[in-house]
Amino acid sequence: MHIRKNIAISETGFVFNPTTGDSYSINQVGREILTYLGEGRSPAEITSLMTSAYDIDPPSFEKYFYDFISMLKQFELLEEEHED
Amino acid sequence: MKTKITVAVTGLNNTDNPGPGVPVIRGIRESDSFEPRIIGLAYENLEPAIYMEGVTDKTYQVPYPSEGSDVLVKRILDIHRKDPIDVLIPNFDAELYAFMRAGKTLEQAGIHTFLPTLDQFEERHKANLPEFGEKYGLSVPFSKSITRINDIENLKKDFDYPLMVKGKFYDAFLAYNEEQVRMNYNKISAKWGLPIIIQEFIKGTEVNVVALGDGKGNTIGAVPMRKQYITDKGKAWSGITLDDPKLLDLTHKIIRATNWRGGMELEIVKSSKNELYIIEINPRIPAWVYLAVGAGQNLPEALVKLALGEEVPPYESYEVGKMFVRYSYDLITSLKEFEKLSTLGEL
Repeated sequence: MHIRKNIAISETGFVFNPTTGDSYSINQVGREILTYLGEGRSPAEITSLMTSAYDIDPPSFEKYFYDFISMLKQFELLEEEHED
Repeated sequence: MKTKITVAVTGLNNTDNPGPGVPVIRGIRESDSFEPRIIGLAYENLEPAIYMEGVTDKTYQVPYPSEGSDVLVKRILDIHRKDPIDVLIPNFDAELYAFMRAGKTLEQAGIHTFLPTLDQFEERHKANLPEFGEKYGLSVPFSKSITRINDIENLKKDFDYPLMVKGKFYDAFLAYNEEQVRMNYNKISAKWGLPIIIQEFIKGTEVNVVALGDGKGNTIGAVPMRKQYITDKGKAWSGITLDDPKLLDLTHKIIRATNWRGGMELEIVKSSKNELYIIEINPRIPAWVYLAVGAGQNLPEALVKLALGEEVPPYESYEVGKMFVRYSYDLITSLKEFEKLSTLGEL
C-alpha cells in the first residue's frame, strides 16, 4: 500500500486530497507514519521504527497502526499496490 | 493597450440564491485585455449589485422574459440605442431562450452574444437528459417528466424512493414518499410551471465543473469544484478546486460531442464506485465562476473575446486546492438611488 501520489501533506499535519476536495488534520505521530508510508516502507519496518522511537510494544502499536491504515483507505488516501 | 468595451450583464441578484452577474463582472473587470464599462440589467429593483460600489457603471431595469421575449429584446434594443452595448451576457436559464431566439436581431444591431444554439439548449434540458445520455454515451440518472399531479401515484412503477423532484429551470428537492413529491410538485410548479422532472436519486458526492466551449468542439477552459458548505437552498457557500482528470475528460467529451457554444456548468454525482453520473447541464456560467478566475482561468473574459469573434487559446491548467468562501454584507444606500431606479428604470 502507498499514499496516493497527489495527496498533499503539510509540515503542520494538514492533509489535502485534491481528487475529492477533502482535508484532514493529523497529529505528529500520524504525520510520521504517513511520511514512512510515503517513503514506501513496509508495515514491519514502520512498526520497528515507531516502537524504537516511542514507548510502545509492537502488538499494541500494530493494533493502532492497522486501525489508522483502514481509516486512510476509507478516506481514499491510500491505495493498494497493483500486482503486474 | 486595453480595448474599451461595453458589456451588459444580467444576474445581479447577489442574494442567498445568487445569480452569476457579480462574479462575471469581476472577471471582466480583472481582464488584461479590456477596459470595460459595465451595464447592469436588473429584473428587480432590489438586486444588490445595482447598489454595490465598483460593480456596474450603469443599471437599467428590464422586463421579465415571462412578459414576452419580444418585450425584453425591445427593451435591450432601446437601451442599446442610447447606451451602445458591445457584448451581452445573459446569466439566467429562464432568459436564455429569448436571447438565443433574438441572436440575429441583436447581432445586426451590433450586440454580440456567445450562447448555445437552440438545439444545444433543448437537448441538454433536464427533461431530455436520458435521451442526451443515450445519444452521447454518458451515464445519467433515469428521469421522467410529469405534467399532472395524478401521475405521482404511478411513479412507484419506475422509481424507488427517495427520488429527486426538480423544476424545469431551478429547484430540486429530495422526496422520500408520495406525499413529499406532491408537496414539492405544487411548490415548484407554482414557481416555474410544468413539467416537473422526477429523477432517480444517485447516492454519492456532488461535484461541479464550470466550462466554456468555443462552438467548434474545443474546451476553452474547465475547472472542477466540490461544494464544501451548502446553504439550505443547496447553493455553494464555499468550494474548492479539484484535481480529477476523469471530470475533465468527461467535460471535454461533452463539449466535443455537442460542439458546445458558451458557458456551461456540469452537475455530477460521483458514486461510491467512482462512477460519474451527470445530473444536470446548465447552459450558462454558474454563480461560483469567480473561483475559476481565482484559480487562473478567467472564463468570463474568454467568453467576451469569443463573443467578439477573437481566437482564444484554451487554458491548460488551473490551481488545485483554491477555495472560495461567500459572505453577506449589509450595504447602505440612499432612498434616492432606489427611487431613481424605481421611477426612471435606470440608475
